[in-house]
Amino acid sequence: MDDLLREFITETNESLDVVDVELVKFEQEPNNATILDNIFRLVHTIKGTCGFLGLPRLEGIAHAAETLMGKFRDGAPVTQEAVSLILISIDQIKDILGELEAGEGDEPAGDDSELISKLEAMSAKADAAMAGEGAEADAEVAPAEADVAEQEPERALRPGEVSLDELERAFRETEIEVETVEAEVVETQEITAEADKPAPAEEPAAAPAAADVKSAAKAPVKKPDGETGEKKSSGGGVSNKSIRVAVDTLEHLMTMVSELVLTRNQLLEIVRRHEDSEFKVPLQRLSNVTAELQEGVMATRMQPIGNAWQKLPRIVRDLSQELEKPIELEMIGADTELDRQVLEMIKDPLTHMVRNSADHGLEGPETRRAAGKVEKGTITLAAYHEGGHIIIEVRDDGAGINVERVKAKVVERGLATEADVDKMTDAQIHKFIFAAGFSTAAQVTSVSGRGVGMDVVRNNIELIGGTVDLRSTPGKGSSFIIKIPLTLAIVSTLIVEAAGDRFAIPQLSVVELVRVQTNSEHRIERIKNTPVLRLRNKLLPLVHLSQLLGIYEGEHEEEAINSDNGFIVVMQVGSQTFGVVVDGVFHTEEIVVKPMSTMLRNLGMFSGNTILGDGSVIMIIDPNGIASAMASHASSSVAESEEDEQEGLQSKATSGQSSISLLLFRAGAPEPKAVPLSLVTRLEEFEVSKIERSNGRDLVQYRGALMPLVYVNEGDRHKTEGTQPMLVFSDAGRSMGLVVDEIVDIVEDRMNIEVGSERPGVLGSAIVKERATEIIDLGFYLPQAFEDWFMRKEMDIASLTKKVLFVDDSSFFRNMLTPVLKAAGYDVTTCTGPQQALDLLEDGEKFHAIVSDIEMPEINGFEFCESLRRDPRFRQIPVLALSSMVTPASIERGRQAGFDDYVAKFDRPGLIAALKDVFSGEMGAAA
Amino acid sequence: MNVLEHKIDVDHNAASDMIQYVTVVIGGQLFGLPISQVHDVFVPESVTRVPMSAPEVQGVLNLRGRIVTAINMRRRLHLPPLEEGQMMAVGIEYKHESYGLVIDTVGEVLTLSSSSEEPNPSNLDRRWAEISGGVHRLEGKLMVILDVDRLLGSMFTEPSVAA
Repeated sequence: MDDLLREFITETNESLDVVDVELVKFEQEPNNATILDNIFRLVHTIKGTCGFLGLPRLEGIAHAAETLMGKFRDGAPVTQEAVSLILISIDQIKDILGELEAGEGDEPAGDDSELISKLEAMSAKADAAMAGEGAEADAEVAPAEADVAEQEPERALRPGEVSLDELERAFRETEIEVETVEAEVVETQEITAEADKPAPAEEPAAAPAAADVKSAAKAPVKKPDGETGEKKSSGGGVSNKSIRVAVDTLEHLMTMVSELVLTRNQLLEIVRRHEDSEFKVPLQRLSNVTAELQEGVMATRMQPIGNAWQKLPRIVRDLSQELEKPIELEMIGADTELDRQVLEMIKDPLTHMVRNSADHGLEGPETRRAAGKVEKGTITLAAYHEGGHIIIEVRDDGAGINVERVKAKVVERGLATEADVDKMTDAQIHKFIFAAGFSTAAQVTSVSGRGVGMDVVRNNIELIGGTVDLRSTPGKGSSFIIKIPLTLAIVSTLIVEAAGDRFAIPQLSVVELVRVQTNSEHRIERIKNTPVLRLRNKLLPLVHLSQLLGIYEGEHEEEAINSDNGFIVVMQVGSQTFGVVVDGVFHTEEIVVKPMSTMLRNLGMFSGNTILGDGSVIMIIDPNGIASAMASHASSSVAESEEDEQEGLQSKATSGQSSISLLLFRAGAPEPKAVPLSLVTRLEEFEVSKIERSNGRDLVQYRGALMPLVYVNEGDRHKTEGTQPMLVFSDAGRSMGLVVDEIVDIVEDRMNIEVGSERPGVLGSAIVKERATEIIDLGFYLPQAFEDWFMRKEMDIASLTKKVLFVDDSSFFRNMLTPVLKAAGYDVTTCTGPQQALDLLEDGEKFHAIVSDIEMPEINGFEFCESLRRDPRFRQIPVLALSSMVTPASIERGRQAGFDDYVAKFDRPGLIAALKDVFSGEMGAAA
Repeated sequence: MNVLEHKIDVDHNAASDMIQYVTVVIGGQLFGLPISQVHDVFVPESVTRVPMSAPEVQGVLNLRGRIVTAINMRRRLHLPPLEEGQMMAVGIEYKHESYGLVIDTVGEVLTLSSSSEEPNPSNLDRRWAEISGGVHRLEGKLMVILDVDRLLGSMFTEPSVAA
């Protein structure tokens, strides 16, 4: 493609964007001759250039559109229909241009006759409409006709060649520009009067003025005979203040400066090691120059945010028609500058938000009138600098966010329970707008509500290190406030160390550094194992970076923060302030963020990586990711501590593979029996006299309710005197006492059921403490106490039809949990390992959900889930992890492997609830 | 270096249906990568761990100013880690990004006719079959063709939101 054509495409695209905006304005003020002139001139230039470059298709459309606009200029009434038609033509021109660019300069084949004939028909209509008032147009008809007349005999010239016609036309157009200026400056002046003045007389004065107009009006009307223009400019004594530089050149320059910054950092690193080096002074100078150079190059990348807004007036106009709501778009601070990379990235989110405001935010005209507002809704876009950030606000004066509707939706989608929702503040409710798969529009319109909504917007904004916030007042409207950094390329970071690795934390979110020592003013204190820091009358939650990242190397994670000796990086993200404990703090370094490879981009904890002064690669922490991990870490540690409480009886926490705590007891027979301790709620002893008999069974009064007693063997009796020990099992407010003769011991052991059992109530026999021990089946006894034990809330019609695949290598758990799942109404199939499960799936067996153990030989649960997730056929099946190891790190690992939920092995209600969640989520999504 | 020399030859043979493979050994098994996909061979040094990444991601490293994501092929193929000796890595490009496959050793360049290529045996371990594009019968041994697109493609859990 030759340069001339490339330049033409760039310029035409720019001009078309301006035409878009101007046309929308024009539609609103059909009598504003200045706007019309501007549009007319732009289209005319496009047409002229097309003829010049030999692009007949483009020329045809442009010509027909120009003719129609000529009619407007002659005084034909401006109709919405006509403007729409012109906009369609502009779109068509854009399409052709796009193909032209892709096709390396060949105009694509195609037929525009339909469009052209429509335009012509419209022109004819305009003529007819004008016939009545034709007299007024006299003054203008002449120049318009003159334009058209000169247009025709265009022939292709070689680049650089200029025909006399061209020159003359250039002069004449220049003159029009001058008119525009004058019309703008001296508003009262009539354009018609100016147009009649003879052109040549104005020439010398016109040229310099024209140069100014170009930049001011952002409508560079360079002619194809660019050389002429330039010659003329220099002839007039005004040099051109700006040049056009390809974006690639700037990008390259930026990369080179980035490399320069890196190299400077390397040098600084070296000099830091040598105390008095003669390089110090020149290096300081180099450092300063580099900083200035960096700033300078950054400045070239800055663009007014208005560029990202350019397409919005048109979009709003189209929406306004489609939705039948009159909408006004107000733009404030369009000249606020930001890095073009950032600009590109917020373009789409902004467009989406404006669409959203128009669709969901603003009410229809009737509703507005009823609410006592003006019919026309207003969407305001505002941009301004604040600190090192740019704030962009998208505001509408609509109904505001309907908190009740959001609440209902949140509950319906299963994002939170009703009870939770009731406790939340309005601001917290608003946050759900950004949750995935959330859309409050009752109807899915063509405009929005396609399910990809604000969550995508938020993701995109967070991707560039920004935040988005929402404020809403019922009846007054809502506003989204986006805060984004000025630039992405270079960030100042703090280099810290955790678990032997170095990480970079962006300084923007670091508030301060606190050194803690046992004797110093600042100490780490604990509230029930939760470390906190008292800092100026505030309590900061603390977490160790290695814990957050799941790389803690020691035995006990809770001891990561122990020594009362370390560094705390106090971070602020949004309204959240917290302390991140690190093992060491090095120095601050200006780094050039390099994007992570796509494979790693799903890691929320990091925003990128970079090469440090010493040549090694370092990961850059994403403060947003840390903040959300911090929140979930807090909740999981609460869950853990609750678990600890429950396991208070246990001699040791369950750990390792399939080694579990068993309660050994004797009942009815001398041989020992065992039950997993974690299933037991309490061990109790009752005075025999407290045991009452009623309705043919033994009961005790226990905690204000009657607890039925169950015997291991039918026909067993309780003791006749003294106290009677029993195991209490509770679930959802009901308790059962299993009468035993003697509680023997609590042991931690591997449990392999070696001999299965046919006898009801016994799962089988295992070796425990070197003795054959019966493992009892609780699932058998529970219904004896309450027949409907498993039948209550857990049973639900929907679940009856759900098929669940249960994968566990341990026969004990298969035997124990299968009845539980069955009792909850699921159709359960068991597998002894992932390979068998995969074979089943491969054979076309369908399951609604898979519950899988983690600790398994050969293929572990993580690998199993990963391979499921890789297969498009099984990707959609919900998979739950079941593990005896429940730590934040393993949960995180599970989440990454693709598990939908992570449940502790003995958390039977948890498993049922998780399954229920999975299915209700699935149904919610389908609804 | 001989890799590069061979690379020049490839243009001459391009016309026939002969394909050149760079052979690598992972856990005693011979694998082949189409030479057109191999950009360099290097020793992975000072690899930075990436916490929370997939287990097969060994980390990121600086290769002449570019950040390369290193993938441990032993872990990818569920093989035990290499006991001793220096691992090697082959640099490949996938979707305009640089990746390094960390393997045991790099072998030679073989020019093979597509006629000796066979599809994966049906009883091949699923985890291997997933990344294998077929098998070449060589004299005395078999060479598994590493399908880079499938190998890396399957590691992208989900299309990035930004895309």
